[in-house]
Amino acid sequence: MHFEYNIEGGDFSKAGFASSQLKKVLKQLITDHKVVKRTVVALYEAEVNVVAHAYLGVVIIDIDTDKIKIQINDKGPGIEDISKAMEEGFSTASEKVREMGFGAGMGLSNIKNNSDDFKITSEVGVGTKLEIIAYLKTI
Amino acid sequence: MLKYNRMKVSDIINELGLTVFSGQSGIDKEITGGYVSDLLSDVMGHAKEGQIWCTLQTHKNVMAIASLKDLSAIILVKGFKPDEDMAEQGEVEGVPVLGTTETTFEIVGKLYELLK
Repeated sequence: MHFEYNIEGGDFSKAGFASSQLKKVLKQLITDHKVVKRTVVALYEAEVNVVAHAYLGVVIIDIDTDKIKIQINDKGPGIEDISKAMEEGFSTASEKVREMGFGAGMGLSNIKNNSDDFKITSEVGVGTKLEIIAYLKTI
Repeated sequence: MLKYNRMKVSDIINELGLTVFSGQSGIDKEITGGYVSDLLSDVMGHAKEGQIWCTLQTHKNVMAIASLKDLSAIILVKGFKPDEDMAEQGEVEGVPVLGTTETTFEIVGKLYELLK
């Protein structure tokens, strides 16, 4: 199964749309509750990152019999130092974003902790690409 | 994980005299414990299904998290009211959005006494 969603940078009112759609789909397909939860948490954090930092993004979800693969590609400022960005507590979020309770520097580590496989690549001034994989025992 | 008393959202509304802003349809849900944080990623990373969440954040994203994490209800502290779209989302998701005029420290203390 294949799904795609667009994300608009700066629009917090729609952050979480893709993850809530994914949750509905996965609940129908997968009996392992834990996988569903972990995967939607990872996607939500990735969506928020795009809204908070990038101009626009696209979420591409492929659900297979053995895994769920999610790609989140954005056009945005990119990340200069990925290992720094992965550190819990490090954030470059704006004051406005922080006031909303985001930008605590926990997003990327939440994504990593809630996925089986996590890849991040970024080009400064171009954008960032994330790939999140959850492996399924049976579907 | 600690075992708490079995209480429904409606029980704590009555016991603590909480305001119900929206999401009335979810008040029969059982509470499995509580979580307190104003950092959304902290809640996303650490809150557990069925917990009641105390916060001062009043925007719509609170509901997205409550729904994704299957939390039982939200309590807004210190007289804060939900933004209009947050209240609407509570109604859509069936997650009660509750309120108190007390501070987080006071309301959580009482909540803990009831649940422990």
